Order: sequence, then C-alpha cells, then structure tokens
Amino acid sequence: MSHSRSDADARGASEADDGSEPLRPSDHVDGVAVDAPASDDIISPKLGLVGWLRWGWRQLTSMRTALVLLLLLAIAAVPGSIVPQRSADPNGVTQYFASNPDLAPVLDKLQLFDVYSSAWFSAIYILLFISLIGCVIPRTQHHWKALRARPPRTPARLARLDDHTESLVEIVPGQDAAATADLAIGLAETQLKRAGYRVERYDSRGVLSVSAERGYIRETGNLVFHTALIGVLLAVAVGGGFTYTGQGVIIEGRTFVNTMLDYTSFNPGRFVDPEQLTPYGLTLDKFSINYQPAGTKGEGQAGDFVAHLTTQLSGEPAQTGEVRVNHPLDIAGDRVYLMGNGYAPTITIRNAAGDVIYDESVPFLPQDKNMTSVGVIKVADGLPEQLGLVGFFYPTQAQLESGAFTSRYPALINPVVTLNVYSGDLGINDGTPRSVYTLDPTGMTQLTGGTTGVDSIQLAPGETADLPDGYGTITFDNESPAGAKGYDGSVKRFVSLSVHRDVAAPWVLAFAVIALLGLMAALFVPRRRMWVKATRDGSTVRIEYAGLARGEDPTLGAAVEQVAQRHGDALEAALRAQR
Amino acid sequence: MPETDILTLDSVSVLLVWTAIAIYALAFIAYAVDLATRSALAVDARGVRADAARVRVRETVGAAVGAAGANSVASDGSVDELHAEERAADAALNAPPSRRPRLIWARIGTALTVLAFLFHVAGDVTRGIASGRVPWSNMYEFSLTGTMLIVGVYLVVLFRYDLRFLGSFITGLVVLLLGGATMAFYVEVTPLADPLKSIWLVVHVFVASLATALFALAFALSVIQLMQARREARVVAAASASGAKQGAGLTKTGPRFLRALPSADALESLAYRFAILGFIFWTFTLIAGSIWANDAWGRYWGFDTKEVWTFVIWVLYAGYIHARATRGWRGTRSAWLSIIGFSAVMFNFTIVNLFFKGLHVYSGLS
Ligand code: HEM
Repeated sequence: MSHSRSDADARGASEADDGSEPLRPSDHVDGVAVDAPASDDIISPKLGLVGWLRWGWRQLTSMRTALVLLLLLAIAAVPGSIVPQRSADPNGVTQYFASNPDLAPVLDKLQLFDVYSSAWFSAIYILLFISLIGCVIPRTQHHWKALRARPPRTPARLARLDDHTESLVEIVPGQDAAATADLAIGLAETQLKRAGYRVERYDSRGVLSVSAERGYIRETGNLVFHTALIGVLLAVAVGGGFTYTGQGVIIEGRTFVNTMLDYTSFNPGRFVDPEQLTPYGLTLDKFSINYQPAGTKGEGQAGDFVAHLTTQLSGEPAQTGEVRVNHPLDIAGDRVYLMGNGYAPTITIRNAAGDVIYDESVPFLPQDKNMTSVGVIKVADGLPEQLGLVGFFYPTQAQLESGAFTSRYPALINPVVTLNVYSGDLGINDGTPRSVYTLDPTGMTQLTGGTTGVDSIQLAPGETADLPDGYGTITFDNESPAGAKGYDGSVKRFVSLSVHRDVAAPWVLAFAVIALLGLMAALFVPRRRMWVKATRDGSTVRIEYAGLARGEDPTLGAAVEQVAQRHGDALEAALRAQR
Repeated sequence: MPETDILTLDSVSVLLVWTAIAIYALAFIAYAVDLATRSALAVDARGVRADAARVRVRETVGAAVGAAGANSVASDGSVDELHAEERAADAALNAPPSRRPRLIWARIGTALTVLAFLFHVAGDVTRGIASGRVPWSNMYEFSLTGTMLIVGVYLVVLFRYDLRFLGSFITGLVVLLLGGATMAFYVEVTPLADPLKSIWLVVHVFVASLATALFALAFALSVIQLMQARREARVVAAASASGAKQGAGLTKTGPRFLRALPSADALESLAYRFAILGFIFWTFTLIAGSIWANDAWGRYWGFDTKEVWTFVIWVLYAGYIHARATRGWRGTRSAWLSIIGFSAVMFNFTIVNLFFKGLHVYSGLS
C-alpha cells in the first residue's frame, strides 16, 4: 500500500544516483545517507573549521531541523493567544497590568505581550527561513539540471519491483523476433510519450527497453511552494516599511483632510514621510444605520452601516463615495475603513452676557450596544475660569431600579444628555497632550452632581439650562431638519475611520496563491518511473512492465496495469495487422 | 417574513436535528457491535485471503518478497497469520462496494448513518431557510454544518475505501458535537452582524469545515494506526519469544477487532492522504480569511487569537507532512502529530471560540 517500502527495495534495483533524482536533505526518507563513515575502525579525519561549518550547515538544512523548528514555531505562537498582545489589544495589556501587578512585569520581561515581535519568536522563524533558503537553493539548482536529464537506465531485474507485470508474445511464424521486440518497444515509447512521460530507449543485444519518467512538476511545485513562503515573508517585512495606518473622526457635515492635523492617531512604517500624504478631503454627508425594531429578535442590533461621503482630490471634481463594513473606500492608493460610530451632541455655551463662547458637536464614545455614550467638553476660554464638563448621552433614556440612567434602545427615541461641571485648570495650557475624550479632574472643583448637592445638568435636544455659579447657559441644540418627526435626526452622528496604506498586501496575496498552487502540484502530481522491456525468449518475446514511485504515489499499481493493458492491446492490433 | 413563520421553521429544524442525533446514536451502537463481532471474522480471514489473492496478485507477491527477506521469524505461524490478516484487510480496504465482506452490523450502521444524514441535511437546510442566509454564522450553526460535512465526507469516502471500521468514531464524534452544540450553543435566528455579511463567510467557513472533516478522518486513522502498530510489534515480539508455537501470544495484543483492520502502514498512508487534502483546504481557509480580514478590519493579519490558532494548526500539519518525509519520524511519531493537529482543531473550535478574547466574536453566545 505505502510505496515508501517499495522505494527502499527499489533503490537497489535502480542504478546509482542519476541526475533526475530529486535532491533531498540527507535525512529525508528517500534521501541517501551521507552521515558518518559507516565503519568504526576507520578513524574519521578531524574536522577543520570548514568541516565544522559544513557540518553545521548540513544540520541546519536537514529535514529534522526544519521539523523541530516548525513544531517550535507552533508552540511559540500559542502564548500570544493567551496573554493579551500590545499589537492587537493594547487595552487588554493595560488591564492585565492592573489586575496582575506582580506577574505582568515578569511576563513583559519575557516579551510575552509582544510575542510576535519578540526575540525568541523571531529567532525561531528566522532560523526556519535560513534553513529553508539553504534547503531550497541547492535543490533548485539540482532540479534545474534534472529537468534536462534523461530518464535513467532500465534496471536489470524489473521483477524485483513491487509494481511489475509481464506478458509473453508469440512470434508470428516467419517474423523476426528482433523486429517484434522493436515494434513492441517502439509502441511503448510512443504511448508513454503521449501520456506525458519523458522517454529514453536503452537497447542492448537481445534486450530492448524504454525508460520513462514523469511528474517533474511535483518537485517544481515543492520548490515553488517553499520559495513562495520566502516571498510572503519578504513582502511582509519590506512592505511593512511603506505601510501606514491612521485613525480619524468625522462628524456629519464636517470634512476630514488626509494630513497629520486631522488624525487622532497615526502609525507610519519606517519609510513613510507623514508630511507627504496625499491631501484629499472626506466629507461625511450622512451616516445611516439600521436597528432591529424593538420587540423583534436581536432587538436593537445594529446593521447596514453606511457612511455617505463626498471625496475631494485636489484638482479633481468632488465625488460621492460610501464606506461600509467589509467594503472600504479606495482613494489615492489608500483604503478607508469604517471602524465605529456614535452620537455627537451639539452643545452651545453662552457666557453671563449671552455671548456664544462654545459651539461644537462633540463625539460621545458609545459604551454599550444601546449607545449609552460618554463625552467631555472643555471650555478653555471666555469664562472667568476654565470649565470641564463630563457628560453621558442616552439616545433612549430610561431609569434603572437603582435610579441610575441608562439607554434602552440605540436610536433617538428619548435622547437626553446629562452633564457634570468642573471648574479649574484643564491642564491644556502647558502643552501636555491631552485626550479630547477624557478629563482629568485632579485640581478641579466639581460644581454639579456627585456629592456637591447640586443636580447634574440634564437636557433634551432644544433645551437650555443655567450653568452653576452664574457662569452662563448651556444649550443642547436640536439638529433636526424642519418638519422631522419626533427626535429623528436631532443629534448628529460621527464615524471613526481608519485609513490604511498597505503596499505589501497584494504581494502577500500573490505569493500566498502561488504557494497554494505549488503545494497542490507538490502533493498531488505523482512522480514515477515506468519501464517497458522486451526480451527474446525462444520463440516468444517476454514483455515486462514495471513502475517505481518517487515519493507518495498511491495509484502507481493501477498506472502500471493501465500501461500494460493499453500496450498489450495496441501490440496485439499491430501484430494482427502484420499477418 | 412574519415572525411566527420563522419560529416554526426554526423549531422544525431543531426537531429534525434531534431526530438525526438519535439515529446517529443508533448507528453508533450498530457500528460498535460491528467492531465487536469483527474479531470473530478475522478468524475467517483465510477465506477472504484467497479472494484477495485473486484480486491483487502483485500485492501478495510484493509482500511475500518483503516478508521473506525482512525477518528471520517469517516461518513462524503467528507472524504468518499476521501477514495474512494484514493482506486480507488491506485488500478489503480498497475493495469496491460490491466486493466488500458482508458485515451485517456495519451495513446497519451505514444505513442508519445515511438516514440520520438525510435528517441532518434537512435540519441544516431548514435552519438556512429560516434565517434567510447560509446556516453557518454562529457556534450552533457551525456545529450543525460542520458535523454534516464530517458525515458527508465519510459517506463519500465510503464509495472508494471501506472505512466502515471508522463508523463508530464518526457517529460518536457527531453525536457528541452535535448534541453538545444543540444543548449548549443553540441560539434563535437573529440577523447577521455587519462584518459577517460577506461572500467570504460562505467560502471561508465552509472550506474550514471541509478541512476539519478531512482532518477528523485522518485523526481517526492515525489513532487506529497507533493501536495497530503496537499490536503488530507485540505479535512479532511474542512470536520471536515463544519460538514457533503456533498462535501463541495472540490473545494479549490489544483489542481483537484490530485483527480485521488494515495494517498500520496502510492506515498511515490513508491518513496521510486525507491530511494533505485537509491541509490544502486549510491553506485556502487561511488565505480566504486574510482577504476577508483585510476587507473587514483593515489588515490581512493581526495575530488575533483565532488567527493565531489557525496558523498554529497550519504549522502543525506542515510539521506532520515533514515528519512523514523525515527518516525516523515516519510511522508512530508522525501519527502523533496528526493527532495533535486535530486536537488543536477541536480546541480552536471549542475553547478558543468560547473563552479566548478576540475579534472573532461570532459564537452568537453572550
Ligand atoms: C517555513 C517553513 C516550512 C513550511 C511551512 C514547509 C511546509 C512544507 C509542506 C506543506 C510540504 C509538503 C509539500 C510537498 O511535499 O512539497 C513540505 C515538503 C517538504 N519540505 Fe518543507 N516547509 C518549510 C520549511 C522547510 C525546510 C526548512 C526544508 C529543508 C530542510 C524543507 C524541506 C522540505 C522537503 C524536502 C519537502 C518534501 C517532502 C516530501 O518529499 O514529501 N521545508 N514542506
């Protein structure tokens, strides 16, 4: 069944190694062992430096090393799925540090929060790829020659092969035995050639034979596969330097420009110049979303997100575009992805004199699937003191039993914003970067909510309230277009977008597909030798058919039978025609 | 569609699935009885052997040459018997359906499996109609479709190889997975989350399930291969220890049904064939998943937990393929890699889906 065994038997049968044999590392099951001298009483010559290097190189490029490194790679990848990774889940890492203050620094020392860029993980895959290159190059050279080599000499004793059949052909009286043998082998040669074999005649006195080999593409596929893996790694490594990702936020009606100014975060590759981005503009005309109606299954589940954009490349007319989940927008070589969305209540603040000192739509970050959202308003100028407001927004406000508010549904049914006011130093004047989404209240005085005894400010769209301490007034503007029903459209939305440029991706994909094709050839194309031999035997000609698998070949037996069958039929027809 | 319609269709689906599970359980029993009765059959191997010899002359000749040269105990009765059993079983493995031995319990098992499979398909299809999309979008549905593919692949393979000795493994696995999923993972039909609305859901998940089915078959064959290899070694050891005593030591060589199963070698090369097919599908899964991730999340690879495990499994099977080609690793050691590989597949599907944090949060459970 397994033809590996027959390989071992047949190695004796087939003559010494010839050029058409695929080159394998010496510890390959089909390989020829070139290890230590077999006999103990021959003292092996001392290895010099070159000898040691050569020995080390052979170890590194052996099958066993490749196997061990592959298994190590599999094991080494696992911790990264257990411990949160900085690359995929930075918040998880922060949390982990908070909840395991003793363990986390130790794990960090071991680079367990950056497994895939850690020294030990890199060491494994770099060694693996060095081994791979060292393995592939000599095999490619060898295969290049093998592709032009002739099939090997026909073994003397075909009967020793597992897959072997024979038949006897009576010589027609008056016909020459040599001519019959020649006819038979000539036929076999044509048939095998037509079946995709490379053929070579080996005739000697009284014994004619054709030696045939096919399936060189098996080794080609193997080499293509392994080389394409190198291609994938190179594309990832080189491409990463030219890749950037950035995140930005657009509120309905506003425009995002592709410059450093408008990004909230930006991660450039080594060779990216952040000042040289194509300055296109993206205006969010409207963000639409669908919620499963209340009372149905999956109530409140959001879907069909679409950000309707107007895109503007300099010197070109504006165009409309859409960004949806799974359908990024392609622009100027970048891809724009929809990462999140939320509400951006418009807040107007007037001072005691009634002058507008603040008027903005403020993105509130959603906290749950019913869009309970938190946001921060910072008023730096225009009032006697700096004010900071920490707010909650509930698109459909409801009260829990505890008395706390919550949102019961993600759409604008009963929108309410609640705000607590702090006064004092916002800490933004000294140049320290501060997130616009958080307020650090240390050193500030809380004026509403909490233990102050003053109620928090609570507003529905269109309502105005007084700020504490006579600072002025605050209004939650109603943005509904005239004639809108209920609160529909009363609060603007925002989207968070992610802009990516990844020059490597198409290359990685191309190499991966090539690898897959190579793999299929390497695993499914049988490589085999086939021999047909004719020997004169008195008044008959004995015809032998034999096959030999090079590597895994479950269908060899059937193939030999088929060759024998076809050839027998054709020969019979040919002989009959001569009569 | 009015909501009540969805409800009824979905509950019909659940009913069909439970029916399928019950019939699979019966099939499991029948297949188990089959294995138990096979050891008796092995005694009749001689009859089959004569048959097999006629079918495949060259195998007998090849093996005889090998055996004569290979070991000095070849003349021993029990080893002879071992080889005879092996040849008969190897030939039976490849026999076309019409020429297979009449194993009545195996036939009952297969008939029940086919019947259960029909209910299973019906349950899967009604679930798909009820939800208005492909029925593999949450844990329950992955299990439903995944197990269906396992049985489907098994039944298709039966046309080519007589693998009915795996029947109890396959039906047992399916009863466990499907029953467990229906009890623990069942969720009512809900609309798809946006990221799942993609052609890649259809392709990526389906191909992954197909790969899983093939890995499952390879796994089962590798397990039996290990048992068989141990038994073969024991027979040979016992024979050389007890001299030429006919049949000695045969009683203490492991489960008796093994005597009617193919040789470790034959099991290994068959396991390998399923594993490499599965590996191709898994490679495709990996590529398709990356394309999808690039559309949905803006990067084709990010070492998300699920991505890590898909990669680990891929590397493990690459290791398995290498092991098969490495001197000293073919046979038992590589079989262990196939077993570890499939364990990782199952781990990925259950533990990783349920307990590991990541972007792939589509179990539909909260
Ligand atoms: C990145 C790591 C590697 C991966 C993922 C990998 C994967 C694979 C796969 C999937 C196969 C089966 C396809 C075939 O038979 O052609 C294979 C075969 C093979 N690989 Fe690798 N390989 C890696 C590294 C290496 C290295 C470093 C060597 C050299 C020592 C090597 C040598 C071979 C050989 C000789 C075969 C043919 C085995 C046979 O005859 O069946 N591979 N490899």
